[in-house]
Amino acid sequence: MRQRKIGEVILDVRNISLSFGGVKALQGISFDVREHEVRAIIGPNGAGKSSMLNCINGVYHPQEGEIVFRGEVRRDMDTHHAAESGIGRTFQNLALFKGMSVLDNIMTGRNLRMKTGILAQALHLGPARAEELREREFVEHVIDFLEIQAYRKTPVGRLPYGLQKRVDLGRALAAQPQVLLLDEPMAGMNLEEKQDMCRFVLDINDEFGTTIVLIEHDMGVVMDISDRVVVLDYGKKIGDGTPDEVRNDPEVIKAYLGVSH
Amino acid sequence: MAAKKNGPVIALGAVLAAGLAAPLVTGSPLGFYLEVLIGGLMAGVLYSLVALGFVLIFKASGVFNFAQGAMVLFAALALARLAEWLPAWIGIPAGFPALTLAFVLAAGIMVGLAWVIERIVLRPLVAQDPVALLMATLGVTFFLDGFGQTIWGSDIYKIDLGISKDPTMILESMFQGGILVSKEDLIAAVIAAGLVILLALFFQKTATGRALRAVADDHQAAQSIGIPLNRIWVIVWAVAGFVALVAGMVWGAKLGVQFSLAQLALKALPVVILGGFTSIPGAIIGGLIIGVGEKMAEVFLGPPLVKMWDLAGGGIENWFAYVLALLFLMVRPEGLFGEKHIDRV
Ligand SMILES: Nc1ncnc2c1ncn2[C@@H]1O[C@H](COP(=O)(O)OP(=O)(O)OP(=O)(O)O)[C@@H](O)[C@H]1O
Ligand SMILES: [Mg+2]
Repeated sequence: MRQRKIGEVILDVRNISLSFGGVKALQGISFDVREHEVRAIIGPNGAGKSSMLNCINGVYHPQEGEIVFRGEVRRDMDTHHAAESGIGRTFQNLALFKGMSVLDNIMTGRNLRMKTGILAQALHLGPARAEELREREFVEHVIDFLEIQAYRKTPVGRLPYGLQKRVDLGRALAAQPQVLLLDEPMAGMNLEEKQDMCRFVLDINDEFGTTIVLIEHDMGVVMDISDRVVVLDYGKKIGDGTPDEVRNDPEVIKAYLGVSH
Repeated sequence: MAAKKNGPVIALGAVLAAGLAAPLVTGSPLGFYLEVLIGGLMAGVLYSLVALGFVLIFKASGVFNFAQGAMVLFAALALARLAEWLPAWIGIPAGFPALTLAFVLAAGIMVGLAWVIERIVLRPLVAQDPVALLMATLGVTFFLDGFGQTIWGSDIYKIDLGISKDPTMILESMFQGGILVSKEDLIAAVIAAGLVILLALFFQKTATGRALRAVADDHQAAQSIGIPLNRIWVIVWAVAGFVALVAGMVWGAKLGVQFSLAQLALKALPVVILGGFTSIPGAIIGGLIIGVGEKMAEVFLGPPLVKMWDLAGGGIENWFAYVLALLFLMVRPEGLFGEKHIDRV
């Protein structure tokens, strides 16, 4: 059923190369992402998966190549611009604000959509207050959706890892991104938590139509929920296609031989 | 283990508490004692205010802002001179109207200064060693001191807030002779406390405040999700500049706008050492402790010391805060409320 919704290319990664000193993290990577699809990036440790997402949302600046998002060509993106233009992001190593409450963390994601000036906020003027309430309502929605109402006021640092992962997702969702980049959202989770997270990801994709780019090591999950898969190894792309195509690709099989996940 | 670590802190606390109680035990009249205590608290609120500006900058950008004192002086000079010049320039009546307009302009100048500092000092140095940034703020200090003289002049200037200098008597029925409180200090304390509360609300309740807290919590995380660090830096420096202006105004009104204001404002340093560099409540409580401590020391500890060793006397107020801060550094380097730095593994 999802297949029918999949649309045009929304994000096109062209010939991206990134290196850190001598380490070539990415070498001429190209792939595209279509609207409404779930696109997975897989590969062994150190393959360059996180680096790829970091280039897309402007944390890293690739030395070569370009990224086309909704027709706009970018060589160098900054994170603020990426977030504002509709790219949301979660992190492999949680990047939450540990001392702040769940609600506040998710509200920071919503900040990008808030436009009243700082003076109006400082003076607590009507428009600023109204905006705060309006945006807050949406955030409460996200909190309900992720089933974390019970922890709204809890400092994030005190939550167990699985819940923190959910808050991270909530913060990204709060900005209502068009494309959501998820870096190993299920890492370190038990089976039940993984199932919950899978359900959230699919629901986000179904209900909000959000395009999803997902890094995941759990092959079962990847094969289950993704429409197309990119395979990276040592900074190079070694496979690209539907889960079935990728699963039977000899080069992909070779890369994964002896690597246990 | 914990007890061993806390031992020196408890000992220092006990000494301070004993010092606080000593005058009463040795027979100072309660009314006079309270007078000194209240005087100390009122002076302390201003330290808290300036320290708050300092902590904000430190939390949001990791910069140890040595220029905080110079900012106070610069802002006070701008206010005093503009209030003096404006009537001649644009014919606004001298006194309150001119002062109000001068305040608005001086606030604008401090915001502009924040913008310039972010552009030409912070942004190019952001990835550098913290020492480079500290040196840069030292540079800003000397620049502001000198440049301030160049444009505003180097005499002693007055700021007239129209508050009478006479002390008022409170609680006359409870104490013989009542308690003398300086009206000026009282109003200064109310203004400072009000601003502290407003800032706290701003941080808790607004979108910008939330972004500031996020940046303070984790720069890198904040940047990765698209919070614009540069804008946040301009905002914290502007807030610190505004705080400096308010402190400069009330201190300037009391003491005259002169070079020693910068030194006075530098007492924010011992305050944040005491309270912890990253703690807003620490800045507030640290300011009060230093304010009370130095007043008490000046009034009750000074005279006996002078008599005992036949000293020239006076001046305890000038060094007490620094000695206290040094002691604190020895027993509790992270300050009362500061978080201990734990490196991520
Ligand atoms: N900031 C950085 N500085 C230096 N080297 C880096 C940096 N980020 C990534 N690298 C290097 O780039 C390569 C790719 O790293 P990356 O984190 O993208 O891999 P990954 O596929 O996400 O791996 P994992 O499955 O372990 O998360 C690695 O060799 C890594 O050491
Ligand atoms: Mg990774």
